Amino acid sequence: MTQITITINGERISAEVEPRTSLADFLRDDQRLTGTHLGCEHGVCGACTVMVDGVPQRSCIAFAATCDGSEIRTIEDFDDDDVMGDLRDAFTAHHGLQCGYCTPGMLATARDIVTRLPDADEKRIRLELSGNLCRCTGYVGIVNAIKAVLAKRKG
Amino acid sequence: MKPAKFDLEKSTDLGEAISALGQADGFAKIVAGGQSLVPMMNLRLAQPDSLVDIRALHDLKRISLDNGQLYVGALTTHAMIEDGLVPDATQGMMQRVARQIAYRAVRNRGTIGGSVAHADPAADWPTALLALGAVAVIQGANAERTMPLGDFQIGAFTVALEPDEVILGFSIPELSADARWGYYKVCRKPGEFADSIGALVIDPARSFARLVLGATDGAPLLLPPSAADKIASSGADGFDIAAARAVIAEAGATFEEYETQIHGAALSRAVQGAFAA
Repeated sequence: MTQITITINGERISAEVEPRTSLADFLRDDQRLTGTHLGCEHGVCGACTVMVDGVPQRSCIAFAATCDGSEIRTIEDFDDDDVMGDLRDAFTAHHGLQCGYCTPGMLATARDIVTRLPDADEKRIRLELSGNLCRCTGYVGIVNAIKAVLAKRKG
Repeated sequence: MKPAKFDLEKSTDLGEAISALGQADGFAKIVAGGQSLVPMMNLRLAQPDSLVDIRALHDLKRISLDNGQLYVGALTTHAMIEDGLVPDATQGMMQRVARQIAYRAVRNRGTIGGSVAHADPAADWPTALLALGAVAVIQGANAERTMPLGDFQIGAFTVALEPDEVILGFSIPELSADARWGYYKVCRKPGEFADSIGALVIDPARSFARLVLGATDGAPLLLPPSAADKIASSGADGFDIAAARAVIAEAGATFEEYETQIHGAALSRAVQGAFAA
């Protein structure tokens, strides 16, 4: 077992973890933060994307033990986040989800696009979204939702 | 959890990491970003007995540009290069290569040193850095050494790294003002593993010309210098897929027919790209 100290959604936590426990399993099984979803568990589908030290990363291909000292933000921590609020509204308005399984990861990536690439056009949005798989929507609604938030924030 | 059991050693300095590697029982691997290794462990394609975590080693985070040599520490992430946090000594080539690696969430954690050490033939840095003439800087138990990537990269998933050695970083020659580069990656979907990678770097001021084929079944293939020299002297005209296939044949490499065609297309497009606008 490995001792770690990690900040999750603003709360500093000390825990003992088995080295092979992924960050995603630690968040879901130990911390009961089940908003983080697991799809492929090898870094392809993007469902498990969370913020690690302020940037989106895959929680399925990082071990909790190697995130010692990091600051993690999961989807549960974005209730009062302005950008995420806009994205939630836009995903609803534009049918950006159906079953919702990919949505936590989609929102994490969408927030990264909106904050990092304010001038992104549709082509760039689609390129940046290529690491998040959705099997329901066909992506049109998701792309339109992100476009709407980018346009709104430009004023 | 998906991977087989392993022991984890978290090192806080370089000496500690090297002694942990030297003392490890069984098969030990270094982990930095883990963006290639951990997926393989989750699929149990890799089952190391122990991992040595080097993420905290500041010695591996140095970035500098002195006397025409760019030095990039092994722990530099792809996203740092993509975002221009590494001085642009390659006229945008490294930045372009970085932004096409996997996905942003992977680039935020994955490192250039890990990519080269892992030596997946479909990875970008093994091909791009070989084309740029990079040299690996390596620390062992007793000494530091350097090795050109052409010698360091032996085969698929195989580099000339001793069990107790760590890649510190890479020394990359700065491109001159009139240098040209081209880089073309064939992927079925953005971010997927490449089916082929073509890379060309021409720097007349240094009499440097390299044409490299990546995403083969082995280490990146440095194609015969005569081909790169000819492109350097007479340009990209006529370097179509057939010409590229002839260079692959001249190098003695053999692939399935469809692979040869994809490799020919990647090389031709890399060369054409180097001379476009």
